[in-house]
Amino acid sequence: MPILQRWFRPVVGLLVIGVGLSACSSTPSSSNNNKGSGATLVFGTSADPKILDPPLASDGESLRVSDQLFEGLVTTKLGGTEPVPKLAESWSPSPDGKTWTFKLRSGVKFHDGEPFNAKAVCFNFERWFNWTGPLQLSGTSYYWQVVFGGFKTKDPKSDAPADSLYRGCEAPDDTTVRILLTRPSAAFLAGLALPPFSFASPKALTTYNADKASVDKDGNAVLQGTFGTEHPAGTGPFKFVSWTRNDKLVIARNDDYWGEKAKLKQVIFRPIPDNAARLQALQSGEIQGYDLVEPQDIQTIQGDPNLQLLDRPAFNIGYVAFNQKVAPLDNLKVRQALAYGMNRQAVIDNLYGGRGEVAKEFMPSSIFGYTPDVATYAFQPEKSKQLLRDAGLKLPVRIEFWYPTGVSRPYMPDPKRIFEAFASDLNKSGFQIVPKSAPWTPDYLDVTLNGKAPLYLLGQTGDFGDPDTFLGTFFRTERPGFGFNNPQIFKLLNDALAETEESKRTVLYQEANKRIMEFLPGLPFASTRPALAFTKNVKGYVPSPVSLEPFALVSLEK
Amino acid sequence: MSYVTRRLLLLVPILLGVSLLVFVWIRALPGGPAQGLLGERTTPEAVQALERQYGLNRPLYVQYGRYLDSLVHLQLGTSITSRRPVAEEIRRRFPATAELALAAMAVAVAAGIPLGFLAAKRHHRAFDQLSLVGSLLGISIPVFFLALLLKYLFAVRLGWLPSLGRLDVTTDIAHPTNFYTIDAVLAGSPAALLDALRHLVLPAIALGTIPLAIITRITRAAVLDVMNEDYVRTARAKGIARRLVDRRHILRNALLPVSTVIGLQIGLLLSGAILTETVFAWGGMGTWIFDAVRFRDYPVLQGGILFLVIVFVLVNLVVDLSYALIDPRIRYR
Repeated sequence: MPILQRWFRPVVGLLVIGVGLSACSSTPSSSNNNKGSGATLVFGTSADPKILDPPLASDGESLRVSDQLFEGLVTTKLGGTEPVPKLAESWSPSPDGKTWTFKLRSGVKFHDGEPFNAKAVCFNFERWFNWTGPLQLSGTSYYWQVVFGGFKTKDPKSDAPADSLYRGCEAPDDTTVRILLTRPSAAFLAGLALPPFSFASPKALTTYNADKASVDKDGNAVLQGTFGTEHPAGTGPFKFVSWTRNDKLVIARNDDYWGEKAKLKQVIFRPIPDNAARLQALQSGEIQGYDLVEPQDIQTIQGDPNLQLLDRPAFNIGYVAFNQKVAPLDNLKVRQALAYGMNRQAVIDNLYGGRGEVAKEFMPSSIFGYTPDVATYAFQPEKSKQLLRDAGLKLPVRIEFWYPTGVSRPYMPDPKRIFEAFASDLNKSGFQIVPKSAPWTPDYLDVTLNGKAPLYLLGQTGDFGDPDTFLGTFFRTERPGFGFNNPQIFKLLNDALAETEESKRTVLYQEANKRIMEFLPGLPFASTRPALAFTKNVKGYVPSPVSLEPFALVSLEK
Repeated sequence: MSYVTRRLLLLVPILLGVSLLVFVWIRALPGGPAQGLLGERTTPEAVQALERQYGLNRPLYVQYGRYLDSLVHLQLGTSITSRRPVAEEIRRRFPATAELALAAMAVAVAAGIPLGFLAAKRHHRAFDQLSLVGSLLGISIPVFFLALLLKYLFAVRLGWLPSLGRLDVTTDIAHPTNFYTIDAVLAGSPAALLDALRHLVLPAIALGTIPLAIITRITRAAVLDVMNEDYVRTARAKGIARRLVDRRHILRNALLPVSTVIGLQIGLLLSGAILTETVFAWGGMGTWIFDAVRFRDYPVLQGGILFLVIVFVLVNLVVDLSYALIDPRIRYR
């Protein structure tokens, strides 16, 4: 049948091409002699960064890359949370806590060759403080507003705080800089260690119109300059090379770096949104590392002789919130009954793949202010029932319990199963749980944070190494999700934030933790160590609780 | 007025209707972009502030009016989550989706038509039965699963083909068109072209299986129909060579329904293959719009969906016009 031959020819042709293409394969970047000082590391990320101008970024991917390109006065201790010197060699606060003097490192240059000095520091601070219009939107300058509050002139349309912690910056000489504050703040130094407060070359900022922005019809800030997309210039151990959106972002070793030079020649960040795809890319050698390993993949990685798993220290808290606006949760006895009615240890043992621990309070044990000396609530179903009877309630007590779908967070890898375990415990403890669920964003967050759910699963990953990033966020003011007004707790936490001496702050936060666990606005249940996966030949990657992980220390070996 | 002009003019009411539907639909979804952006840190004040910022606190008709106004000025706005202009994202992402869709369709057509034809010619014989079972499998196997399987075999186990992306990270070429194969040709780099093609193989096969199965079945049915027509018998009786009858009389007539299906399938593929794009980290329209739904990124949904509707309508127009080429009896006036 000649026609068949006719049709077969192109098909066979295609097959031949396909096989040919396969045969020509030189497995990318993994098999060749990619090691030592000429090596390239490809890191799989969950998303493309938004912008490489750190003070205008708040997403983890932008900050991860920015942290390799830019540096601030201080950084966090390798693998820890406490502030240590970076571009500042030393610092001291004035007795009133309102003036901080930093002694700068000398001989540092920005990537564009401009000198780094006290004037450059003040230029950057003044840049942030003087932002107007769209740059004052909270989605644009998120971290400035978290740490420093407002701006020099508040834009009438802006939702930024009216007052600012920042008052001014002085540069008496090239290596001395004084930051003036409007009030003493202890969280200031920990805040400065965040990547958003790192310095960019004043010349590059000006040349590439870093602050030129407008607001479009939808109310978005639209940046028109190219500093944060094509010309980022900091002082870091890596320099920006190129960025192909949704495809790859390339940075290369800065050979003029002031400190120890990076070991890798290049790092390429490659966005791979799908988890399974990231794992396969690691297995095939197309990437050498990735973040946010899913609990179900941990065994596969551990079982693969070519791969390794690294732990990030726990810096998150998962909790069951008790909304006191909803009766009978305003009754302490009922909240205690809930706390005694959930078997947290079983949940951690069964659902966290060996990477979690039971949280005793609303902050992880790795920061100061933590105290083991708080009320604990071991699983006692009979005690729960008794407490409910003491509260004058008829058993079982019906209550809605919410959990999110379509989400996995470090502190709750599988919300549905965590919910099921707790619900089953509570049903044995005198409660009758009514299950309620909603997709994580935006529905679930809307319901829970706006106080429409009585009982719900939630959590938080810390921003920086200060207790305020946890306790302050939850309990420093009245929040609809918790639905209570407890002036004593609010005052303790506000005092602790204003205090500058760490020893006094420690005492205040420990006191706050005790009060909170007696008052029981919710039950913290988990603190986990998120995992990172790498190929075996990757050395020197040090996981950090706040995800500030220098690629400059990483090397590829055989 | 010519047929084509009339069809193009019809686009106006279609687009108006679609813009209104999309507008109402996304605002009927619970929650809004504010919660999506703020995550766990949401507070009611922050949500209100963001809603003020985006004008979401205005009455709906005011919002719709502003939206239409910007459409008239050909402005699609800026994504709330990525902060990039929607038009720029479409310029970057649509070529990715289109390149993948065309490659998948090429696989489907190149294999589907001959398979369907062969099956029909061997009606009720083993090959026919096999092709039926095969196409049933092709339709029912989840693309997602097939993609992971293909990747596991060809990328992880054998290491023959890349498991994701559109180019190797070490390949550097300029992207004037964002069709990477075309970009590679423009850059005059055979290595880059080969690299781009190698990256297309697995996703194109994964995405092409469903249209392949459908095309096989439709071709088979159409060929069976035509084979029994009187004019085929007449042609044979006249002693025309078998392959000429097969090609001119049977296949050409059978291709009419097949081309309709191809057109519809291309339209579907062009609107983005969420799963394939996700698994292969392809960066096209599908994952983009899917994420926009999750984060309630209104400008992306409005702009992206409208753009896809235009593409879909235009593809269908082209398919309708192609009938005239295949079937001389059809003329458009």
